[in-house]
Amino acid sequence: MTELLVGTRKGLFVLAGEPGGRFGVTARAFAGEPVEYALRDRRSGRVLASVTSPFYGPKIWYADDPAGDWQQAEGVALPARGGAALERVWVIVPGEADGTVYAGGDPGALFESRDGGVSFSLNRGLWEHPSRPQWQPGAGGLCLHSIATWPGDPDRLAIGISAAGVWLTDDGGASWRSGNEGIVARYLPDDLPAEDEVALCVHRLRRAPTQPERMFMQFHGGVYRSDDAGESWSDIAPGLPSDFGFPLAIDPADADSAYVIPLTADVDRVTPDGRLRIYETRDAGATWTPRGDGLPAEHAYLTILREAFDSVGEGDALELYCGATSGAVFGSADGGSSWFDVATHLPPVLSVAASGAR
Amino acid sequence: MPVVRLRGPLKSRAGNRSEHALEGGSVGELLLELERAQPAAQGWILDERGVLRRHINVFVNGELGSQDTPVDADGLVDVLPALSGGCR
Repeated sequence: MTELLVGTRKGLFVLAGEPGGRFGVTARAFAGEPVEYALRDRRSGRVLASVTSPFYGPKIWYADDPAGDWQQAEGVALPARGGAALERVWVIVPGEADGTVYAGGDPGALFESRDGGVSFSLNRGLWEHPSRPQWQPGAGGLCLHSIATWPGDPDRLAIGISAAGVWLTDDGGASWRSGNEGIVARYLPDDLPAEDEVALCVHRLRRAPTQPERMFMQFHGGVYRSDDAGESWSDIAPGLPSDFGFPLAIDPADADSAYVIPLTADVDRVTPDGRLRIYETRDAGATWTPRGDGLPAEHAYLTILREAFDSVGEGDALELYCGATSGAVFGSADGGSSWFDVATHLPPVLSVAASGAR
Repeated sequence: MPVVRLRGPLKSRAGNRSEHALEGGSVGELLLELERAQPAAQGWILDERGVLRRHINVFVNGELGSQDTPVDADGLVDVLPALSGGCR
């Protein structure tokens, strides 16, 4: 049994089922409200959800049972009377240390919890970084959307901010440095001084857990690989129908693996050629193979958002799941070789997080 | 003393009580005082800057007001979600 937490424009949907067929809706929460992201922390079983009420602002909520009572997490706010307001919490990620949970939000804010998500505090090192006045928001805001932990080392993190690039810490977030060498932003002038190159629109970061120096990035026009823990990046987009897109997944068992879902272009954010295909590499980006067996193959102009692609399991047991703004959710139980319909008529899907049997 | 009247989720966040008699001479002052008296409501009406959230409306004695609207000692402030917030 696999569980999917699907954040939608109109609430959280908990889906459960056996891979290969349609899943059922086992719970719905926050009806009518945008649920940006939700996940079940595999360590505690607790479910955490980011909800942006159009009336009451962004909050993080937690529950042991998503069909039961939810509690509001404390501390998910910027400094009072500091001139900025939290717009949205994009992602929630379990940390390496016991009880640690991270949350990333707009405007470029990283929150840390030491009690499993009951309370959070703002990471001051990043918030007060001297380069922050030069940070520019992307179309979705100044969103801190990717948080890549380092297996076994809670002090090392890589984060991605649109459009302020990659940031790295080796001291648990006390200090941060940029990690953008090699990234080419086609939307910036060629002769821009290097120190001004902070307007880098990273769309998604993932780290290979078995080889933590290996990272993959979907950029705003580019797909990259890093072999030095995010310090520098190499272009691996050749072979893809488009180097624009948002989501990125990996097979945790294979450091040479990555999956992307290209969209036509930044000015046309739908699947190319009217069909949905997932592109897989098993050689660290040297070659890409389209995977579309079972996915819509004609008249399918879909948009899969940044957080709406996730996996559970690894190797031969790797399951992949993605959701579209059309309200469809697709799944694969064989690492992307073949696909099935998980759900077809949900509200616009903002995020998908998969977990195993409970 | 002016009264701030809440309903729905805001009432739930404020001790499940609708009416709150508070000290203050303007909508903004009353809402800050409400946050102090009811910490669970913090961030729900005003954001971190102390600014009224975009899709919250305030009515002073039945008329649409703003954060700066004065409130008399016997004034009544209704805090309601705006129609505009449900557009997506």
